[in-house]
Amino acid sequence: MTHSPTTASENHRPIGWFEPHRIILIVIAITLVTAAAVFMRWDWLPDYYTLAVAGLWTSIWILIVTCVFGFVLALPLGLAQVTGPNWLSLPAKAFCTVIRGTPLLLQIWLLYYGVGSLFPQYPWVRESAFWPLVRQAWPYAVLALTLSFAGYVGEVMRGAFAGVPRGQLEAARAFGMSRWKVFRRVWLPQAIQTALPTLSGDTVLQLKSTPLVATITVVDLYAVALRVRQDTFVIYEPLLLLALTYMVLTGLLVWIFNRLEARIPVRVG
Amino acid sequence: MNVVSKLLTAAAIFCASTLMAQADQVKVGIAAEPSPPFFSLDASGHWVGWEIEIINAICAEAKLDCVLTPVAWDGIIPSLTSKKIDVIMSGMSITEKRKKTIDFSDKYFSDSGYTIVGPKDVTMDATPEGLKGKILGIQVSTNAEVYASKHLKNSLAELKTYQTQDEAQQDLVAGRIDAWMASPIAVDSFLKTGGKTCCEIKGKVANDPKIMAAGVGAGLRKEDAQLKEKINAAIRGIRANGKYNEITKKYFDFDVYGE
Repeated sequence: MTHSPTTASENHRPIGWFEPHRIILIVIAITLVTAAAVFMRWDWLPDYYTLAVAGLWTSIWILIVTCVFGFVLALPLGLAQVTGPNWLSLPAKAFCTVIRGTPLLLQIWLLYYGVGSLFPQYPWVRESAFWPLVRQAWPYAVLALTLSFAGYVGEVMRGAFAGVPRGQLEAARAFGMSRWKVFRRVWLPQAIQTALPTLSGDTVLQLKSTPLVATITVVDLYAVALRVRQDTFVIYEPLLLLALTYMVLTGLLVWIFNRLEARIPVRVG
Repeated sequence: MNVVSKLLTAAAIFCASTLMAQADQVKVGIAAEPSPPFFSLDASGHWVGWEIEIINAICAEAKLDCVLTPVAWDGIIPSLTSKKIDVIMSGMSITEKRKKTIDFSDKYFSDSGYTIVGPKDVTMDATPEGLKGKILGIQVSTNAEVYASKHLKNSLAELKTYQTQDEAQQDLVAGRIDAWMASPIAVDSFLKTGGKTCCEIKGKVANDPKIMAAGVGAGLRKEDAQLKEKINAAIRGIRANGKYNEITKKYFDFDVYGE
């Protein structure tokens, strides 16, 4: 149970908050915000406040749902590529390659404008209980983003699963653990631990992929900014606010992942 | 010496005259995304269409030296404010919110008389009651949307907005929206092309003069009051001398100017 000296000490190096460069950065930030507030136009904000909050919520729930489902899907994808027989590992590999090799925008459009517009041709689809769902845009957005996240993270998890020393798994088996228990107690935790920094990065990338759903009429945060621009012809202010919001969200995500990483004790196997 | 000074004078006059010519030039911004029958590129790469002919007529009437300048719609306002173009004539709806940012000329066509279009096998009325529980598609930031938000939204299941009419039309054909509302011009061209088999006009919505009188005008910088006056006078001019109707007859079989 010894802490690895290098990483731990770098992470927990005491940081003085009021070092000179920080004060300068804070002053610059305050100046920029004040300048933006004074010289730019913000009179449109009250009109779009409710819409923006709804858009922000849409962005966030799409991010969370697609990341969770994508990750759940990525586990079998990664595992199949590491231990699966050919008939499992080859399709998994093919899936990851296709997803990672094609633009996400294309995937979203193929699902929404392609698959999605096939459904209405069949009367039984229109009459089925699923029709109110498949005529909406968000299911396609969620599906496309989930598959995309699964494709990227599946590849990450493949590496992470392969990186866990075989001796660990064999030792666990020797203790009499079932295959499932070995996976749950030894293999998965260690794989996640190695993959966590990459997962953090992929989640941030996923956040910045969500604006693509605005192209298929899902009203997320980006769609609201577009709308403000079309309505009022105020160009830069909504975009700046949008950038700031995404930066704050990214900061939040990174902070959460850092907390997660800090919770996992760094052990020397 | 004499020759040199003469040459210099000639050069100066030449420069001044080209400068003046440039100063008189008015760059008319149109969206680079074709939108027939208003403006589109023909086979030889020239802009053609109703709005192009109207622009030419207005420029001729106001004796302006106009240059058509296609700009991507998303960048058309920054182009105007940074003086890359001087006036936008590209089917731009005059709305109260936009008037806070740019100035508009008088309308040169009407985007009102909003018409409800729906699938042939569904009956519906163009009234709030007739559209109860329906999903209505509409182009974002048009006066049609202002109207729908005010009069129809409460009875609709959803008011779905689209960046372009094209997307709304696609979703109408795909059954993702129950109905689509647009100006008679857009409806006319849709029902002559992609919507011929699926859809039909369900009726016109009730009048609201406050919203419907606005129409489509030329977008200008707020400080260009002089240019605005010239364009307004020219619009009145071509309306009065029959040029407007002459052009319109070639493209539409109804009055696009409205009341």
